[in-house]
Amino acid sequence: MGKYFYCTGLLKSTWDQVCIAFWQRYPNPYSNHVLTEDIIFREVTPSNCLISRRLLTKTSRSPRWMERYLPKHMSSSAYIIEDSIVDPQKQTMTTLTWNITHARLMSVEERCHYQINPENGSWTEIKREAWISSGVYGLSRAIQEFGLARFKNSVTKTMKGFEYVLARMQGETPSRTLAETATERARETALAAKEKAKDLASHAQKKQYV
Amino acid sequence: LFLGYFITMNSVGEACTDLKREYDQCFNRWFAEHFLKGDRSGDPCTETFRKYQRCVQKAIKEKDIPIDGVEFMGPNKDKPDS
Repeated sequence: MGKYFYCTGLLKSTWDQVCIAFWQRYPNPYSNHVLTEDIIFREVTPSNCLISRRLLTKTSRSPRWMERYLPKHMSSSAYIIEDSIVDPQKQTMTTLTWNITHARLMSVEERCHYQINPENGSWTEIKREAWISSGVYGLSRAIQEFGLARFKNSVTKTMKGFEYVLARMQGETPSRTLAETATERARETALAAKEKAKDLASHAQKKQYV
Repeated sequence: LFLGYFITMNSVGEACTDLKREYDQCFNRWFAEHFLKGDRSGDPCTETFRKYQRCVQKAIKEKDIPIDGVEFMGPNKDKPDS
């Protein structure tokens, strides 16, 4: 039951740089769906590893056919926890991310392992696994398929976001990204305007019947 | 469009964003210049972390965010090793 996903990614930056970027990755042009970010726990262990817990709020971006299965009182943003361990001695970082709300509708757990690329000591390899499941009777397969497709899309955004932040840290001007950001902003503004127009139209309709 | 460079993320507690920014700046400097270099001398951010946590933990309670009793790396227990 559920869907399993695995992929590896490569960042052409050192493991140190990637870890530094990890804590500075939000906001970036690819993370408009991430609304808030907070460290809610952090400690250095006796073995000198840094353990942290990050709480994120993300817009839930489910298609309308899925939103019907959300209880009415549940907001359209989801809370996500990301736990991480940074080991500067071994030069590895492990993260585990999962949603703590909307979990019966769809649960996504992602485990990542960051280490030095064995072929190039100045690069970082990311091994990523995800488990996607849904508890909605009769629809779990459709929801899982949707979840998997959206997860793959979010992996692309994550990697682009990392590359953007790393380039910024290294003092480069990510000019291609500026154009992409402009396009995305324009698209979002247009979408927001469309939604607003729809709202006003339905509001106007309702008023007619009062 | 370098907005990301000058803008900090919002905290889940609207009143906590400034405290978050202050803590993040302290942490990012310590992380890069001391922690990753194996320097085990004290953490200069404990005071700013405490202030930030007081604010954000209060906001979490007020918004009923279900973080209680969630074990560190909790869901990892059920997962097969890759």
